[in-house]
Amino acid sequence: MVGTARAAETLRPRSLEEALEFRARTGAVPFAGGTDLMVKYRGYTGTGVHMPFPVLFLDAVADLRAIEAVEDQILIGAGVTCAQMLEKADVLPELLRRAVELIASPALRTRATMAGNVANASPAGDTIPPLFVHEAEVVLQSPERERRLPVGDFLTGPGTTALEESEIITGFVVPRLPEGRLYYRKVGTRRANALSKLSAAGYARLDGGRIAELRFAVGAVAPTVVRLREAEKLLAGAEITDIDMQALLAAAEVSITPIDDQRSTAAYRRQVALNSLQEFLSTLADPASSAPASPAHLSPEET
Amino acid sequence: MKITFTLNGTSRTVEAEPLERLLDLLREDLGLTGTKEGCGEGECGACTVLIDGMLVASCLVPAAQADGAEITTIEGLAESEGGKLLAEAFAEAHAVQCGFCTPGMMMAARELLHHNPDPTEQEIRHAISGNICRCTGYDMIIDGIQLAARRARERADTRGGGVW
Repeated sequence: MVGTARAAETLRPRSLEEALEFRARTGAVPFAGGTDLMVKYRGYTGTGVHMPFPVLFLDAVADLRAIEAVEDQILIGAGVTCAQMLEKADVLPELLRRAVELIASPALRTRATMAGNVANASPAGDTIPPLFVHEAEVVLQSPERERRLPVGDFLTGPGTTALEESEIITGFVVPRLPEGRLYYRKVGTRRANALSKLSAAGYARLDGGRIAELRFAVGAVAPTVVRLREAEKLLAGAEITDIDMQALLAAAEVSITPIDDQRSTAAYRRQVALNSLQEFLSTLADPASSAPASPAHLSPEET
Repeated sequence: MKITFTLNGTSRTVEAEPLERLLDLLREDLGLTGTKEGCGEGECGACTVLIDGMLVASCLVPAAQADGAEITTIEGLAESEGGKLLAEAFAEAHAVQCGFCTPGMMMAARELLHHNPDPTEQEIRHAISGNICRCTGYDMIIDGIQLAARRARERADTRGGGVW
């Protein structure tokens, strides 16, 4: 046995009741696929993983593993892996499909979950912009009650959430989007396994030549993923062919506060965020396309 | 804690810390050193094994989550018909230079061919996108996988049963 791999106390229950009881009693950190936690708490080779807190493994809880469509909503359990989401192509919303298929690599997608992606609360979490655009809710369960929060309210800052001590994320409620145009783009240094420099998701409902409603969310340009609400307001009701681009970009900039870090610079992120909004708008005038049909990121000319 | 799982077709029970990495359990405790550690962060693919038929990075899987699982490592794959075909094809296509990425590449290749016995080059590239090789430039690995796939299809046609 490699010596020092340890946690204070662990449990891998099969039922949600046991999981909730353990979480409430010990304050254990919920551990789904572990693809973030095992990296964050790794030791150097040979020294083992050390998590200085109790750990609650959630992968064996059968109640968390359903993904299903119920009327106009898609319910995605917290234990559903990225690979399982992709297998459910008939149920999975298109924007989430585009995001999930670009997350990490095949061997990580078999373990990683969207609940973990959201709980990790990285501003660069790739499933989060689509969840913002869908105005999805996260379902939180404690021994006493269940509550739902919009994903935007759940995320309170980089690495911080509104999850309470005794709560576990049990899943997501993702409202279906009415017929409209979609947009998703991930910008990273390489296709597989790159944490995003930036990711963006958009949805537009059109009414003839007008934009009836437009939603646009961008990751890695602020302490959490953000909707470009000021820009969205300007676009609501606008003629597609008659958009005051200067005013729009000024409004878009209000929502973003990018920073320099190891993956990119503030200047690059600001520019690419604005470019991606313009790219989405440029596709709206074309009656044939629904934004890039496959992720533009994967277009052959870029390979 | 005691952990019981099926390893390359044989049931095993071992004593392990819940957070011990499956990678260390395999290499240090069970002596199966075919599975390699590259980055230790799930980014290089050298430690790839199959759990319940699914590709995983064994450096990110704690022992507790391996309890009850069916695990296949490169040692198990090597004994199988498909594994032998892959080994021959990799050798012939010069898909191996230093060899460190090879076990992970073969696991990823096997997983692909199991679901898709006649993959395109793009599908192969996608399937090994989580596996880093610093020697070959990948093209020879792709040649090797295509060669193994073709031979497996020929064999399957002749006798009417799949290899993967």
